[in-house]
Amino acid sequence: MKKNESYEEFVKGVWRDNPVFVQVLGMCPMLAVTNSAINAIAMGLATFFVLVGSSILVSSFRHWIPKQVRISCFIIIIATFVTIADYTLLALVPKVHKELGAFIPLIVANCLILGRQEAFASRYPTRLAVFDAMGMAAGFLLALFSLGAVREILGDGALFGVKLFGENFEPWVIMILPPGGFLTLGVILLFFNWFKYKKDEFLAEVAEAERSS
Amino acid sequence: MKRKDPDLLLFHAPLLRQGMTTPKAMRDVLYALAPATLASLWFFGLSAALILGACIAGAVAAEWLFAQREARGESLRDASGILTGLLLGLTLPPGLPLWMAFLGGFVGISLGKAIWGGLGHNLFNPALLGRAFLLATFPIAMTTWVPINVDGGFLDVYPGNLALPFMQAGADGVTAATPLGMMKFEHTVTPLADLAFGKVSGSLGETSGLLLLLGGIFLWLRRDLDWRIPVSILLTVLVFSAALSMVDAARFPTPLFSVFSGGLLLGAIYMATDPVTSPITPKGAWIFGTGTGVLVMLIRVFGGLPEGVMYAILLMNAATPLIDRYTQPRVFGRGAESK
Repeated sequence: MKKNESYEEFVKGVWRDNPVFVQVLGMCPMLAVTNSAINAIAMGLATFFVLVGSSILVSSFRHWIPKQVRISCFIIIIATFVTIADYTLLALVPKVHKELGAFIPLIVANCLILGRQEAFASRYPTRLAVFDAMGMAAGFLLALFSLGAVREILGDGALFGVKLFGENFEPWVIMILPPGGFLTLGVILLFFNWFKYKKDEFLAEVAEAERSS
Repeated sequence: MKRKDPDLLLFHAPLLRQGMTTPKAMRDVLYALAPATLASLWFFGLSAALILGACIAGAVAAEWLFAQREARGESLRDASGILTGLLLGLTLPPGLPLWMAFLGGFVGISLGKAIWGGLGHNLFNPALLGRAFLLATFPIAMTTWVPINVDGGFLDVYPGNLALPFMQAGADGVTAATPLGMMKFEHTVTPLADLAFGKVSGSLGETSGLLLLLGGIFLWLRRDLDWRIPVSILLTVLVFSAALSMVDAARFPTPLFSVFSGGLLLGAIYMATDPVTSPITPKGAWIFGTGTGVLVMLIRVFGGLPEGVMYAILLMNAATPLIDRYTQPRVFGRGAESK
């Protein structure tokens, strides 16, 4: 029973309540740094680290954080982890760090992270909060990666810098530029909504069939 | 209980039926474009037919894909998808790979029309949106102009057309500059007669000015377009360039050159007048046309691009709801101050 519960919290973030495709949160890094798959992965991992780390701290301190100043306390905790992530990336992969630029410090302002602290970590025990954070961050990583992969494949004919189609590929310049982010995200959201619509339709049909039988 | 010959016929309003329907209006525009389309076949041979066909195929495919399943026949029958494809095709360079033309038609209908809710709900002209997408996505292929097919046979196809999907056209063949490009970057003026009859390099439909005008007159006689829009666009361009050439005749184009070169006639007559994306009110139509003309000249003369008709019309499309709101006619019987 217990194990099931944590599994639920994890899966909900990856799929049913995916922070990007369903809740449409964290749009700023989503649109800004997904012009290549490697940037998207780096951003996703940094966010993963910050979200899980701050969820652990917030949920362990939840009885000591005064209600009136909770947001500033969350922000301080998040900022601590963002600083760690910032310097780690700078030390390990300086090239990626340079490409991501201002968007690493801006993880602090990602509403997905603050939202999880406010809605989940500050109300639930640490174990559940960790699974929730991991699920949400994995969902975010998945979304970033799918956007980054589509944009890099179409915009550059490559994935992780490896050319896929040979020399003669005609790059879709718009996909590397900001409009490409909006277009790709829009098309993916379209498919998610269409899928949800079809699923609801199917469920309604099943319910109808059960009622009549 | 239907009788063939009733004693009393009962109708509800509207009793006055107008013969004009959407499919009819769309078909009229197709007829009006026929001379210019034939001219493009004449000048560019089979390539023109292939590009137009690919655009129409892309547009119709998107139309079919995004229509409600039960309304599919209906949305195809009103010919608006075909018209969008044809208009888009006429704005493309003849040497463009066919897969890009198909993609442009598909994007034009899907992003330009279907996601807004279908015919009548779109904010931007679908054909121009498709072209804007292509220009932003494949800037090199979209600005590579080939010379017209003067000596070659009808069946000669530009090698760029046949590039495999997702592949480049390759750096082959002869390229030529459009009259506007020559004006802007080399300061050579093309003779007016060549511009009027279409003996110039350029996109499929922008070469022969007179045939486009002919189609425009046909549409005007059929009352399919608001004459105020093309007239105000062309007048604005004439006045603007007359003023400029008075300042410095060597640097700026003559008024007639401005009107006949590039896609101005095509845009002004067939795209700016799209009833969905242009203002409804007469006053609004004047504002819309004047704004488009000014933007065209600003982009052509002071901007970085040789041609600005597409962006001018798209920008004014965006302003259309606002223009419509501020040019509402006064309701009869109400004072001007009691609005």
